[in-house]
Amino acid sequence: MWDNISILTAAPVFNIQLILDGLFIGSTFALAAYGLALVWGVMNVKNLAQGDFVIMGGYVAWWLGKQGIHPLWGLPVSIVVMFVFGWVVYVTIIRRVIDKDMFTSLLATFGLAIVLAQALNLMFGPEVQTAESDFAIRSYFDNSVTVADIKLVAFGLCGVLAVAVVLFMKNSRMGQAIRATAQDARAARVMGIDTDKVYAFTFSLNAAICGAAGALISMIWVIQPFYGIGHSIRSFVIVTAAGFGNLGGVIMAGLGLGVMEQYGGFVLGAEFQQACVVGLLVAVLIYRQLEMRRHRQVVQ
Amino acid sequence: MNTKRLISAVAAGLAVAGLAFAGPAQAKVEGDTIILGSAISFTGKYSTNGIHAKNGYDIGVAKINSMGGVKVGGKSYKLKIQYYDDESTPLRTAQLLERLVNQDGVKYFLGPYSSATTKAAAPIIEKYKVPMIEAEGASRSLFNKGYKYLFAVLSTSEQYLASSIGLAAEIAEKNGKKPSEVKIAMAFENDPFSLDVRAGVLEDAKKYGMKVVIDDKMPRDLNDISSTLTKVKALKPDLLLLSGHSKGAATGARQIKEMKIDVPMIALTHCEAAKITTKFGASTNDFLCPTQWAPTLTYKDKYFGTAADYDKEFKKTFDGYKNVPYQSAQATASVLVWKDAFERANSLDPEKVRDAIAATDMETFYGGIKFAPEGNNIAKPMVLRQIQNGEYNVVAPSKWASHPVNWPRKAQ
Repeated sequence: MWDNISILTAAPVFNIQLILDGLFIGSTFALAAYGLALVWGVMNVKNLAQGDFVIMGGYVAWWLGKQGIHPLWGLPVSIVVMFVFGWVVYVTIIRRVIDKDMFTSLLATFGLAIVLAQALNLMFGPEVQTAESDFAIRSYFDNSVTVADIKLVAFGLCGVLAVAVVLFMKNSRMGQAIRATAQDARAARVMGIDTDKVYAFTFSLNAAICGAAGALISMIWVIQPFYGIGHSIRSFVIVTAAGFGNLGGVIMAGLGLGVMEQYGGFVLGAEFQQACVVGLLVAVLIYRQLEMRRHRQVVQ
Repeated sequence: MNTKRLISAVAAGLAVAGLAFAGPAQAKVEGDTIILGSAISFTGKYSTNGIHAKNGYDIGVAKINSMGGVKVGGKSYKLKIQYYDDESTPLRTAQLLERLVNQDGVKYFLGPYSSATTKAAAPIIEKYKVPMIEAEGASRSLFNKGYKYLFAVLSTSEQYLASSIGLAAEIAEKNGKKPSEVKIAMAFENDPFSLDVRAGVLEDAKKYGMKVVIDDKMPRDLNDISSTLTKVKALKPDLLLLSGHSKGAATGARQIKEMKIDVPMIALTHCEAAKITTKFGASTNDFLCPTQWAPTLTYKDKYFGTAADYDKEFKKTFDGYKNVPYQSAQATASVLVWKDAFERANSLDPEKVRDAIAATDMETFYGGIKFAPEGNNIAKPMVLRQIQNGEYNVVAPSKWASHPVNWPRKAQ
């Protein structure tokens, strides 16, 4: 471990590689986490199938790539496909559990996650897949730092999508309805908002956001039917750390998590890369617990 | 009504009794046919390779039968295999073997596919003292438990990448360097197979006094090894080794390309299974990939001829094969060992046949076969192939090499 830290101090240029890789992948984590925050905040449904939606979106882009269509075109297709899929899932499953207690919705989405992973496995096989963009790869500092153009493009697209979602939530009628429902669903109903439609739209929007994140991940990382759980956990860590109403917090936590994974892998070894994510979740929960205890004492 | 019930009860009773008697009738030898048993994966996660192995068994049996079968005690016997599908679950493999022994009366076995299912099979065959010649379980943990009835024709997993260490030492000496100056970076998945591979590498690296500068373990659901590869860039090793099944090969090949990793020698397992040449093109050139067997090897026998002849015959017999997987070749080889052992034992007694198997020393199209007291094959080396312009060419050990090794590898 100390050897690895000494590499970073002796040759700081490798920090740049780790930070860049972390930011690039972190941007897709943030995107998926924002979708989770939306569903959690508006509908109070904790979607355990979040990561599987991401992987499914990735398979859409990958499949199109295999048909000879550039996977970047897979991004809009994946958004549309996943939006429709999200609607179907809402109507068939989520609508029935939304007003039940928390465990019912947890179980329903957990079951959905298992079914999705198995379905993808049956359809596309258990092999690891990647969608090839065939973009150039640039190297800097005597090949010490390499940046694949597709990662830059993906980073930019994540930004564009985040801005688009924010503008949509601020300015459109549906966006306003979603925010109103999140504040107080009953009051929103009294004011004439069809909350069932709002829920359906929110859930579909989340699926579409996951689809976008997945399409980008298939181009910059790898996808496999059973990799969903890792992405679900990351989303939960980010949302728990940042809270749901807080887009800025989600973005910072997502990027931070990406960078932390890279440093964890470098310093402690690849086997601890994902352990870092879970470790962070524990740390955040302990911190939150302490904070709440303080708060309770003040109230008393 | 009551009579009807009585009749149906009697009929059911008779049916059960009939089944009980039918069992032993389907015994180890039916007339002039010797029955071999195998519980193997036709469905589930091992099904692709399970079917490759079954095809290998079938072509071996067909070949032997067409050449007059097996001669024991002056009589010719045909071979036949009784299969069951183990659904790729070790528990099921064990149950089905019990069934093959107890209900079907089978006394001679061919292996399942994968180390996990073979591990489940081994205690059963030991319990009933019935020999098994397996071709698809490479884990070295199968051969340190003192099993007496388990034999394997393939090379064990710790040999998979060990040959690349020997090759690195050879190249270092050729360039006037000491083998002990070679620096190794390696990343292995945290599972029994890959850790076996790692153990073999460490053993050989120690023999040459080489220094391991990176020794990372990859998680099971690995989708990123870029932090390990960044370390590789920083420490500039002479040899990079990766093993993590197909996903390790795919993730590794992708990120090696993306990060322009420039190591003079890179070796990884499961290149073909992960289809890295078609997925990542020229960037995979000069990767070294170990294999149990290749059709270009010059091994031969009296049944199939050379390895190339086997390759041709296999493709003719089964549709849809562009390359013959080594999983099929080794399955066929295990059938050949059965014939050889029956004839040398000149008996159908499982104990005598077991002793004959243990004394096997034969050449096949798949390579030499001679078992260590632990049951693993010590006569066949693992061969190392290099991807040269998208083709897999054998480059080591030098005795079997068809092409010279390209060194150093250049990042592309």
